[in-house]
Amino acid sequence: MNEVKLMKGNEAIAEAAIRAGVDVYFGYPITPQSEIIEHLMLEKPHERTGMVVLQAESEIAAINMVYGAAACGKMAMTSSSSPGISLKMEGISYIAASELPCLIVNVVRGGPGLGTIQPSQSDYFQAVKGGGHGDYRLIVLAPSTVQEMADFVELSFELAFKYRNPVMILSDGIIGQMMEKVVLPPQRQRLSDEEVERRYKSWATTGKTADRERNIITSLELKPERQEQHNINLQDKYKKISENEIRYEEFNCEDADYIFVAFGSSARICQKAILIGKEEGYNLGLLRPISLWPFPSNIINEIADRVGGMLVVEMNAGQMVEDVLLAVNGKVKVKHFGRFGGMIPSPREVFIAIKQKIIGGKNGK
Amino acid sequence: MTEEIIIAGFGGQGVLSMGKILAYSGIMQDREVSWMPSYGPEMRGGTANVTVIISDVRISSPVLTEYDTAIILNQQSMDKFEKDVKKGGLLIYDPNGIIRKPVRKDIDIYTIEGAKEAAKIGNSKTFNMIVLGAYLKVNPIVKMENVLKGLRKSLPERHHHLIPLNEKAIKMGAKKVNNVQKHCC
Repeated sequence: MNEVKLMKGNEAIAEAAIRAGVDVYFGYPITPQSEIIEHLMLEKPHERTGMVVLQAESEIAAINMVYGAAACGKMAMTSSSSPGISLKMEGISYIAASELPCLIVNVVRGGPGLGTIQPSQSDYFQAVKGGGHGDYRLIVLAPSTVQEMADFVELSFELAFKYRNPVMILSDGIIGQMMEKVVLPPQRQRLSDEEVERRYKSWATTGKTADRERNIITSLELKPERQEQHNINLQDKYKKISENEIRYEEFNCEDADYIFVAFGSSARICQKAILIGKEEGYNLGLLRPISLWPFPSNIINEIADRVGGMLVVEMNAGQMVEDVLLAVNGKVKVKHFGRFGGMIPSPREVFIAIKQKIIGGKNGK
Repeated sequence: MTEEIIIAGFGGQGVLSMGKILAYSGIMQDREVSWMPSYGPEMRGGTANVTVIISDVRISSPVLTEYDTAIILNQQSMDKFEKDVKKGGLLIYDPNGIIRKPVRKDIDIYTIEGAKEAAKIGNSKTFNMIVLGAYLKVNPIVKMENVLKGLRKSLPERHHHLIPLNEKAIKMGAKKVNNVQKHCC
């Protein structure tokens, strides 16, 4: 079972979805994530687990198919890249409003617009601040290795069903396209219809039985008093998620004089920049948020007490840096360094940036 | 030990699969590996390159701008990557089609007549394995037995009858690789 495979991040997500016992995948191809649907089609999951894989006529159709399947208590997912995710936003807002579980994978490419097919992290705001309309939140996980691409599929569904909330895996073209070692999870059985009914009959549309009221899935409530109460309930849920589901990884944050804050593939680049720094006598660290929402504000605030400054490295024009600034609340200097439009910063470039923007004239201790 | 390699040439030369076999060989030797392709609107005849990292420790950035080794298979790639080899690093190239030879003095340079030797073997597709053999002769980061295991892993089963031919090509590359310069400074 613990066979080590060499896989692309996209393939790892697809294979992990089959193994997690996902019921349905609906998607539409777009670079740099087309290997997800390609792998699913090649593997014939219908024969392996009974999983349905369907290429929809558009991204909009795909997310609404997810909406329907999720309403029935099924494990439903879709994937796309930036322009395709924008198309899905209406559906995502509806799913969040209807409090349904599902997984949305965004393998980000450079924008805005059709942009480029090269990697980027410029959909951070869209993922963590809304994207669709209304006061809703997605749980957003940012993998930085192919192993995490695989591991986060099951984690996403666990969280999605625990909170009845859509979860997004926010990846990018680097993690999607690169191959690394991956240990795949064991194969799980898909839930039977009876099991789905047993577990989720309090909310899912599994077919009304005589002993209960109808379950109605809707995002519409015309009475403002009731819509306000629905919003209050959502906010209570988001508060609970914020208290319980923060995930991050620290590299040398205990002793570092200065740290990087970076997620996904940028965090990998920063790890190399730390090594370059070490050779030149600098003691640097890295805080890598894994859950982008909820955001690990408290730990960043704590680290701010003991470092001389933080450089937020992102493949965008400065998005997560706003959340870091809020977390740090003026305690230390926080600056942003980014490349965008599909350009990837080099580790040396990142190291030079922290020297110039954060460390300044002082040398590393 | 961390070895950071760029393999660059034309699409269709087997650049990506050579990287994949090297990465798989690394896994067979219980190393950490990463394989990051240039992806884009490239196609057969366009340029293709892949960054392969093989390491004893957790791999940091899969995307690099300086390399221990550059394996160069066309002129465009020579123009692009010669300057990115680390000082004291290694450059291996197939002189076939190279008009402007490398000029760096601070790196080791080897040539391998991959295209010519593949023609002698009678199968142009063995080209990338000849080049791989040349590289592994100069820098034996993975053992031959692990390369063969890696081949078995990365080739679909219907192509397994070609493994002996690939092995022959790797050995041919190891035999024919030619040192043209040791770094001076």
